[in-house]
Amino acid sequence: MNPGHQVVIIGAAQAGARCAEALRAEGFAGRVVLVGDEKALPYERPALSKGVLLGEAPAESTLVHPRGFYDEKSIELRLGLRAEAIAPSAQRVLLSDGTWLAYDRLVLTTGSRVRPLPGAPDLPGVHMLRTLDDCAALARALVPGARLVVIGGGFIGLEVAASATRRGLSVAVVERQPSLLERAAPRAVADPVERLHRRSGVDMHLGIGAARILGQSRVSGVELQDGTVLPANVVVIGIGIVPNTELAEAAGAQSEDGLVVDAFGRTTLANVWAAGDVTSHPNPILRKRVRLESWQNAQNQAIAVARNLLGQERAYAEVPWFWSDQFDANIQMYGLAQPGDDVAWRGDPAGGKAIGFAFAGGRLTFAVGFNMGGELRLARKLIETGAQVDAAALCDPARKLKDIVTGVTAAAVAPAA
Amino acid sequence: MAWHPVVEAEGLSDDEVVGVKIAGKDLAVCRAGGEYFALGNVCTHQFALLSDGVVEDGCIECPIHQGRFDLRTGEPKGPPVTKPVVVYKVKVEDGRVMVELDEGAS
Repeated sequence: MNPGHQVVIIGAAQAGARCAEALRAEGFAGRVVLVGDEKALPYERPALSKGVLLGEAPAESTLVHPRGFYDEKSIELRLGLRAEAIAPSAQRVLLSDGTWLAYDRLVLTTGSRVRPLPGAPDLPGVHMLRTLDDCAALARALVPGARLVVIGGGFIGLEVAASATRRGLSVAVVERQPSLLERAAPRAVADPVERLHRRSGVDMHLGIGAARILGQSRVSGVELQDGTVLPANVVVIGIGIVPNTELAEAAGAQSEDGLVVDAFGRTTLANVWAAGDVTSHPNPILRKRVRLESWQNAQNQAIAVARNLLGQERAYAEVPWFWSDQFDANIQMYGLAQPGDDVAWRGDPAGGKAIGFAFAGGRLTFAVGFNMGGELRLARKLIETGAQVDAAALCDPARKLKDIVTGVTAAAVAPAA
Repeated sequence: MAWHPVVEAEGLSDDEVVGVKIAGKDLAVCRAGGEYFALGNVCTHQFALLSDGVVEDGCIECPIHQGRFDLRTGEPKGPPVTKPVVVYKVKVEDGRVMVELDEGAS
């Protein structure tokens, strides 16, 4: 790559912006064009279900960078434009204004979109939450005293439920699966989260689906599969996201629950790379292919791809990390768990502060912390090194976590005697 | 400017951090490689106390988004943090960690 080369990044959200920033930070002097279909400057999404939704943080606080940053770094922003097609052999992209943009390297940070609920009517009062505009519309609808029904008991749904409860709405959550967080966390983690919500006044309907959203001129309620009707002034559908793979697929890229990339971020198309939510990538630490819907992956995979397309060739290898804030709980997770995983606790999650661990073959594979961010972070090393760990010691509050981690990781890297 | 005792030196082992509130300031006081450091305790990205985070490889890492700051300079070490935290002068006297603070500013 030389200063005559140009990199086009499709998708101007967190991953796209971090990729552009990293290209400059690594000294790339060629042209960098960042294309996004939203009009807004690149922003981060976590606060859209929390601080911004509650009006406690301004929308501007979510921006990855202020506008001046892009000017200063000569990053060309082409906002409000969609990429319609990629011509991989000609190395150019067709934009929705009819222009073609040539590239030497193309980075796809197209992210994901909300999963639609089949049959859901397009009625006033029915919301989804993905963008700043979605957030602004939902914030206006969350009027104290109103009734909210959230369809979907995943992190987004639960964060919205917590925010709306704090705002003074009466809130019900409907989840088809028998427990919350079915895709994201083991049952043992979902249970304390469920108790937290019930204790805070959220009406939980688990193991039963929403059959119909009711209402004529605007939403009036949700009918469950057993005929129960939950009255509602506002309904939020939060049943997951779908990776935006179609653009690349149409150009011939391989896709299997996400755009298939290698450990460096290369798609199966020459000179086309991808990062963030949209990718299915091998994780060398977990020794399996993953698609991650997380802030960490959006930022760090994008930075890794920037470095790699400049020739650094370093595999992206991080322990997946995820956090959520609900009521007074900051919940953080390292690694990936299976729904049925047994969780051993250090502390009592009912007490509001605890760390849970899941193991496979004597190795730590997953750790979750309730209001224990700093201490939990120590467990990351244990997952990274894949060392054998003593579960009983980890769960003994009388033993310092720091000492256990130091001991185990020192042993793991020490040469055999 | 004046020196304030903030914590017993023996109370901190390597890569350990405590939060201290003194003269109206929130400080993160930590030890690394046998040396003591004091920094502003509030992350410059979003509100969080660095003393709830970890000290590792000469940096302190925020517990919320894992932004890292250099212990010596307070400089951010990469995304998402872009602004430095204040660093304070530190010395150990009579077994106590002392931090130099500007009297008037608080």
